[in-house]
Amino acid sequence: MIATDLSILTPEIVLAIYAMIGLLAAVYTSKDGLASTLTYVTAVLFVVMAFYIGVTGGGTRIAFGGMFVDDGFARFAKITILLAAAAILVISHDYMEKSDLLRFEYPMLITLATIGMMIMVSAGDLMALYMGLELQSLSLYVIASLRRDSVRSTEAGLKYFILGALSSGLLLYGASLVYGYSGTTLFSGIIDTAVNGELSIGLLLGLVFLIAGLAFKVSAAPFHMWTPDVYEGSPTPVTAFFATAPKVAAMALFARVVHDAFGGAVGDWQQIVAFLAVFSMFLGAIAAIGQTDIKRLMAYSSISHMGFALMGLSAGTEQGVTAMLIYMAIYVTMNIGTFAFIMSMEKDGRHVTEITALSNFSSKEPLKALAVLVLMFSLAGVPPMVGFFGKFAVLMAAVDAGLIWLAVAGVIASVIGAFYYLRIVYLMYFGAEEDGLDGRMGLVPWVGLVACAAIMVLGVFNLFGVDGLAEAAAATLVR
Amino acid sequence: MTIGLEHYLTVAAALFVIGIFGIFLNRKNVIIILMSIELMLLAVNINLVAFSFFLGDLTGQVFTLFVLTVAAAEAAIGLAILVCFFRNRGTIAVEDVNVMKG
Repeated sequence: MIATDLSILTPEIVLAIYAMIGLLAAVYTSKDGLASTLTYVTAVLFVVMAFYIGVTGGGTRIAFGGMFVDDGFARFAKITILLAAAAILVISHDYMEKSDLLRFEYPMLITLATIGMMIMVSAGDLMALYMGLELQSLSLYVIASLRRDSVRSTEAGLKYFILGALSSGLLLYGASLVYGYSGTTLFSGIIDTAVNGELSIGLLLGLVFLIAGLAFKVSAAPFHMWTPDVYEGSPTPVTAFFATAPKVAAMALFARVVHDAFGGAVGDWQQIVAFLAVFSMFLGAIAAIGQTDIKRLMAYSSISHMGFALMGLSAGTEQGVTAMLIYMAIYVTMNIGTFAFIMSMEKDGRHVTEITALSNFSSKEPLKALAVLVLMFSLAGVPPMVGFFGKFAVLMAAVDAGLIWLAVAGVIASVIGAFYYLRIVYLMYFGAEEDGLDGRMGLVPWVGLVACAAIMVLGVFNLFGVDGLAEAAAATLVR
Repeated sequence: MTIGLEHYLTVAAALFVIGIFGIFLNRKNVIIILMSIELMLLAVNINLVAFSFFLGDLTGQVFTLFVLTVAAAEAAIGLAILVCFFRNRGTIAVEDVNVMKG
């Protein structure tokens, strides 16, 4: 019994043991001298684990009496998370080295956060959900304040900690109510109490608190306040990490809670999620217009993108979950490319994040400017790029589920949002002549940037098969 | 008068709301925010233990133990970040946590 349970958790256990060994090895030997090696070893291990999960997994396996579920949906999310985390580790190495931030804690904390995310997406029980979420959040609080001699970084960590702890509290209060009114913490047990028509008032209240807590973690408006400050204050590689893997994990967890535990009462949560989606899309699109710092701009951009992903989820159908997974996979790729570029933004040997520094960038670096142009168009959802197909999938899911007003709102928000992406492109190509960026980009971030841009163009033929995988993954979640 | 489930739930809800207000209305000190977070988590624990007792099911009490453990870890990390912040900024007043306007 216990042996089979443990074998289902192999990837998580391997990563946990690796994190402990890595920490001890670094402390007992050369400390930060080992940081560079550890960063690459961690990235390789993530990729190996992603392959392992992709190759060995099959069907739905349940461990520890239903607390841990390993199904197609979890595997899709885990592979996306692991590959995104590995990519961020590799492209951030240069930046960390240059700004004297290459500490061995960084790859180890990312490993711990990744284990938390993997447990989140596999959670089949409120306790597993909470433990996974906290393992992820506690690691992220610490890496937000990684640059501990900087006011901005520690302030980002402090703000993230306070609002994150508040959201965990809300989520936990919801979990306690759900437990009390359904008599079980297992999702498979909760769904039975919900199937009989309507949810009882206690369960409904619990569901609302749970969704509020989860909305904090995916940074959906009106629970987005922490995002711009944390994105701005954290070191750029950490921001890049925040914008990718944890978002996928939180969205996947969101989908699992509403479908696995409350799939019998779609009508009850559909309107809440649709409200979050509309609010996030518009707030992200409108508030980003006035930003002058590219990291803040990316924060509002991610709020808006989370709105679109939630739109797919609010359809409440298998098609909706498929669209959400496709959207998240594309979103992560776009963000890795964009942040690979943001990390290389340098002027007179200092990292800069002002948008005006991009002025007339295309005359100096035509290829990089072209790659950024492709990524910006893709983020805005301009048709020939892959980003458009992600938006198209969620809009179709909303229309097919009868939420036409939501789809219309999504199109309007995406048109408003296009403005600030195009402003970056405008600055790069037609900005005033002045001293712009002069830093050199390392080989690895350059490959990351160009590869992500290439994916955004080449993916239009078949999306590299991601849509088929997402469909198979969604089929295991929505029954 | 017998003490029923609703009494426990009322106490827990009151504590939880005090915790939330403590975070948002407090204008003095970040330590008070940490205390408020602790209050919220303890309110949840009261909820879980009360439900566990009245349902005759042990799961809620197991959940409580997990919550207690995580709350301890959370307080440790929160204080560590606060110490780092104090070293850089020289103050922990809430109104001084404002280098970035959000």
